[in-house]
Amino acid sequence: MAEKIKVSEAMVECLKAEGIKVVFGYPGAAICPFYDELYKSNIKSVLVRHEVNGGHAANGYARISGKPAVCIATSGPGATNLLTAIATAYADSIPIVCITGQVNSEQIGSDAFQEADITGSAAPFIKHTYLVKDGSMIGRIFKEAFYIAGSGRPGPVLIDVPMDVQNEMIEFSYPKSAVIRSYKPTSKGNALQVKRVIKEIKDAKKPLLCVGGGVFLSNAKKEVRELSERFDLPVVSTMMGISVFESDDERFFGMLGMHGSKTANRAVSECDVLLLVGARVGDRAISNPAIIEKNKRIIHIDIDPAEIGKNITADIPLVGDVKTVVLQILKDAPKLSHSDWISEIKGFDKQSDNKKSKEGKIDPKEFLSRLSEVMGENTHVVADVGQNQIWTATHYKMKKGRFLTSGGMGTMGYAVPAAIGAKLADEKSEVLAICGDGSFQMSFMELATAVQHGADIKVIVMKNNYLGMVREVQDKAYGGRLIAVSLEGSPDFIKLAAAYGINGVSVNDEKSMTEAFELLKKNTPCVIECVVDDFESTL
Amino acid sequence: MNEMKHTISVLVENHAGVLSRISGLFSRRGFNIDSLAVGVTDDPEISRITIIVSGDEHTVEQVEKQLNKLVEVIKVKTLKKGEKLERQLVLIKLSVPLEKRSEILTIADITGASVIDISQTTMTLLLADTYPNVLRFEEITKPYGVLEEVRTGTIAIQKGSETMTFKK
Repeated sequence: MAEKIKVSEAMVECLKAEGIKVVFGYPGAAICPFYDELYKSNIKSVLVRHEVNGGHAANGYARISGKPAVCIATSGPGATNLLTAIATAYADSIPIVCITGQVNSEQIGSDAFQEADITGSAAPFIKHTYLVKDGSMIGRIFKEAFYIAGSGRPGPVLIDVPMDVQNEMIEFSYPKSAVIRSYKPTSKGNALQVKRVIKEIKDAKKPLLCVGGGVFLSNAKKEVRELSERFDLPVVSTMMGISVFESDDERFFGMLGMHGSKTANRAVSECDVLLLVGARVGDRAISNPAIIEKNKRIIHIDIDPAEIGKNITADIPLVGDVKTVVLQILKDAPKLSHSDWISEIKGFDKQSDNKKSKEGKIDPKEFLSRLSEVMGENTHVVADVGQNQIWTATHYKMKKGRFLTSGGMGTMGYAVPAAIGAKLADEKSEVLAICGDGSFQMSFMELATAVQHGADIKVIVMKNNYLGMVREVQDKAYGGRLIAVSLEGSPDFIKLAAAYGINGVSVNDEKSMTEAFELLKKNTPCVIECVVDDFESTL
Repeated sequence: MNEMKHTISVLVENHAGVLSRISGLFSRRGFNIDSLAVGVTDDPEISRITIIVSGDEHTVEQVEKQLNKLVEVIKVKTLKKGEKLERQLVLIKLSVPLEKRSEILTIADITGASVIDISQTTMTLLLADTYPNVLRFEEITKPYGVLEEVRTGTIAIQKGSETMTFKK
């Protein structure tokens, strides 16, 4: 008979077997048995300063590593604090595995201290949950959780483990694979549909490729770029698809949608065949799908059958994993040329929005554009939420690095913790967190995490003293009656950084900008404040 | 768009919490459930849920697809009109004075209901029938004074040799 071990030890063995090197979390009594076993392992345990940021850090880590990442919280408030991070990961289909402690089994349902029904409360925005009732199932549950999180359309999975279960003694072996009869995601595309896609693009005069976050989830950047090249397809992207193509790619025309570029939107409106790849036609990307459905043919490639026909009706639906399907297409794809159409799109681009900034204020778009020139080509960029997100999405020129943001949920405070996760997943590359003065104040406590764990992240705070995007809405739609949007009372961010032992520069002219760009070259975390006009607009 | 009633049969893992995932899905996505009935099948590991949902074709397609996304859902099938047999069960407790007992027995006889309980002043009837017949039965018994009525959700099965059992 095999030697028995504690369930908590088995949980750590499961993480090791999944190749987990770092976990992000916040301990509490109900998860202490598990933490005690982590103590004995080589897994790096990162203490965040708020549970939600543990979830966001795992989110950043997962995006960069391409594999499910782990966050941990204790029962009750620890677990409920994770909810926003779970919803954020769910909206962007990011694989994270959340491990929460729970009160002792016999206390469940008794409103015990720090008891919350976390599997129940996460249900609407999580891919799957487990409440572990029998410790001997732990291996199977972890195997399934990692498999579910990372396969098909990825997403968050939560494992809730009561404290007494963590202390159970079990015979443990980690299953080699997960067999779930009710869960069999499709990866290969239907061969007939693949043929129809090729024919449709061959027949098209003005085809347009629209790439979404699914391209990254499927690790298909290379294949999708090859698709654009082979068919000579002009490309636009959703916010989640930014950095699939480098910003200066000759066929790339930027982000579409509500906050997108005029060129990209006009290309969408004038194309005759729209090829959507790993994009779910969210309302911020395509606000009126009915118009688009009417006058063009739509090819929709997505791994989630429920996304096809949900927001837009596809003429040619193709369910499958982006990489697999694109490779299937490439196998039989002829070389095409659409040079006339591409030059037509290039001709759309005649807007010039170069305006002179006020004395002592910096044009955020120009700043971000110049920032992208001084950063290394592998820099990953994490945009927070608000005006800063749109400015970054449209004006930071992405090269080989990845653009990360909370696209679906629009969760403020995402950037700093996600940047820490991204940095720990790829320590060789620079990681920028670009925030507003609103969003930065939702998670600046994680500067301590960055310092403590040596995550050399560069934080840029676009400071306009307002919740700029809401201020803009109140200006335009509520008669300029500004309420609860002024950030008066904010701290001096440079002094704040100094309190964490982090260097900072406030940029308000050419000289300070040069200083800031110098500071960014150092191998230490830093905070750069960019002073923007209070009433700077998003677009 | 046509708002119609659709019958969806769902095979699920017989786990704790599955029903709440399913009912939660309906409220979250704004689908309207008319009725929901659940019970274990001949395979004790599998439960079968019958859901009657109102909506147009697009809604039903989304319901099917979203149900399929739940990890514990094994199989989803919309049973087509003309190819399905549906029943629901109703229990009605009537206020019946002695002299009316034979009338109620006649009604039970004609409608196919059975009397499952009787007291000095009441009779309790059971009917398992199609939804329209249950409605008709309600109409007929109403004049006798309904003290209480309990109905189950509709359950459904395919006609003929068609099945939706899950083969291991």
